[in-house]
Amino acid sequence: MSLISFENVVKEFDGRKVLDGLTFSIEAGEVFAIVGPSGTGKSVTLKHIVRLLTPDSGRVMVDGVNVSDCSSRQLRAIRRRVGYLFQGGALLAWMTVEENVALPLKECDCLPDAQIDRRVAEALAAVELADAAEKYPAEISGGMQKRAGLARAIVRESDVVLYDEPTSGLDPVTSVTINRLIKKLNKTLGITSVVVTHDLQGALAFADRILLLKDGKAVECSTPADFVASDNPDVKEFLSAMKGEMQ
Amino acid sequence: MAFVHEVGRTTRVMFASVCAFPTVFRSRDSRADFGVQLYKTGIGTLPVVTVVSLFTGMILALQVGLELRRFNQEIYLGAAVMITLIREMAPFSCGMCLAACVGSAIAAELGTMKVNDEIDALEIMSISPVRFLAAPRILALVVMAPLLAFFCCAIGTLGGGIVGATQLGVNFEQYMSSAMSMAEVKDLMVGLLKALIFGLVIGTVSVAQGMGTSLGATGVGRATQRSVVVSFLMILMLGYMVTRVFYR
Ligand SMILES: Nc1ncnc2c1ncn2[C@@H]1O[C@H](COP(=O)(O)OP(=O)(O)O)[C@@H](O)[C@H]1O
Ligand SMILES: [Mg+2]
Repeated sequence: MSLISFENVVKEFDGRKVLDGLTFSIEAGEVFAIVGPSGTGKSVTLKHIVRLLTPDSGRVMVDGVNVSDCSSRQLRAIRRRVGYLFQGGALLAWMTVEENVALPLKECDCLPDAQIDRRVAEALAAVELADAAEKYPAEISGGMQKRAGLARAIVRESDVVLYDEPTSGLDPVTSVTINRLIKKLNKTLGITSVVVTHDLQGALAFADRILLLKDGKAVECSTPADFVASDNPDVKEFLSAMKGEMQ
Repeated sequence: MAFVHEVGRTTRVMFASVCAFPTVFRSRDSRADFGVQLYKTGIGTLPVVTVVSLFTGMILALQVGLELRRFNQEIYLGAAVMITLIREMAPFSCGMCLAACVGSAIAAELGTMKVNDEIDALEIMSISPVRFLAAPRILALVVMAPLLAFFCCAIGTLGGGIVGATQLGVNFEQYMSSAMSMAEVKDLMVGLLKALIFGLVIGTVSVAQGMGTSLGATGVGRATQRSVVVSFLMILMLGYMVTRVFYR
């Protein structure tokens, strides 16, 4: 059974169908990339996995549990297992980077202080942000905010991490670092990674499978090799548009 | 329909927050955050409240004093100013200040957080936004509004006394003794209760507007504006209703 599966999910905003019968599934332990033009509902898709949004029809299953129709206890358990990197980082402005990363451990898991300090230091080191621990979000760059958000997403040692555009707006060197980190977390800790990204090159390099979203539907869902070789017209169009962007 | 939905949502926010008040004192961090909110709400608005209440008292004294003088009853100036302030004007003007200074800031802050996915981020970490954000802010308003109303009453009475002494020829001591003779416990209690209700309503409305912000930067502006307008209307209407219940 798949870890996460979308079954015919429909989601409307103001009468516009953003997701229109979306069906796909993600296996435990894989790096799953979701690509597509902006505004196609990639972020909306991620939000459905942890019930920040609920489908108008269809269902989202996580580990055999229907997310949109489960008890608050089950929901807590699911959210406990899932780390989420938001597109803008979503750090709290009145806390330092360090305090932001410590927040889930402190408020939710109630760990002892020494353990919190150790885990926070590890997470910040992993995203190469140890120097900025004492800074406030407004004092650091967008890329650093994103990395701090990433540290917060992985600090609880969740077994699934959802990354919403982890590399957009970052310089190429940092992007490579982040992509490597995603791959490393996946390899060493077996973290299932769902990565929404613009960075097709990166996705082709590190993902196990790639999903192309268009008009609220899954157009293609395959391994990078098959993705590039696909003769689906939408995939071809997307690939050539991306190539154009490269040059 | 949308209106009924909004009222329902705001009411739910109010009940959930009131139920979460005890959690504000649960941990060291949450107590510290509550302290910050108390400071922002109480001390932050003190300058504005001082000026507003001083002038409220001065205007009252001038208007009432001129009328009283026509009947040679200036000795009652203190009583008239005190009663108006303690029963109506102190909670009212202090409510207006809090809605404009604190409520708007809460709506803008929470609205920005909503738009930046920060509220969603809290949800994911299973940190209830009501407990973490709403409860300390609303409780700070509930605590501070009566204190500020009392302060407002004192400053307003003082302002009235100054106008009485300098422009209407009312001896200041005479003014004060007249004022104190009319200051009844019931009036004070009702006035403070009114302020407390205003604090609760301003907090709830602002939090609900902030958390209900729709996407985009215009959403934050609209939420802020609505929080102030709705708070003003509620202050007026509830002010009348509380008066109606206690004075008939
Ligand atoms: N909470 C919401 N309310 C209304 N519309 C929304 C909401 N969330 C997303 N949308 C709309 O859904 C569409 C897809 O958004 P999104 O998933 O953020 O796109 P992207 O693929 O770039 O991440 C956009 O047109 C956006 O305006
Ligand atoms: Mg997005």
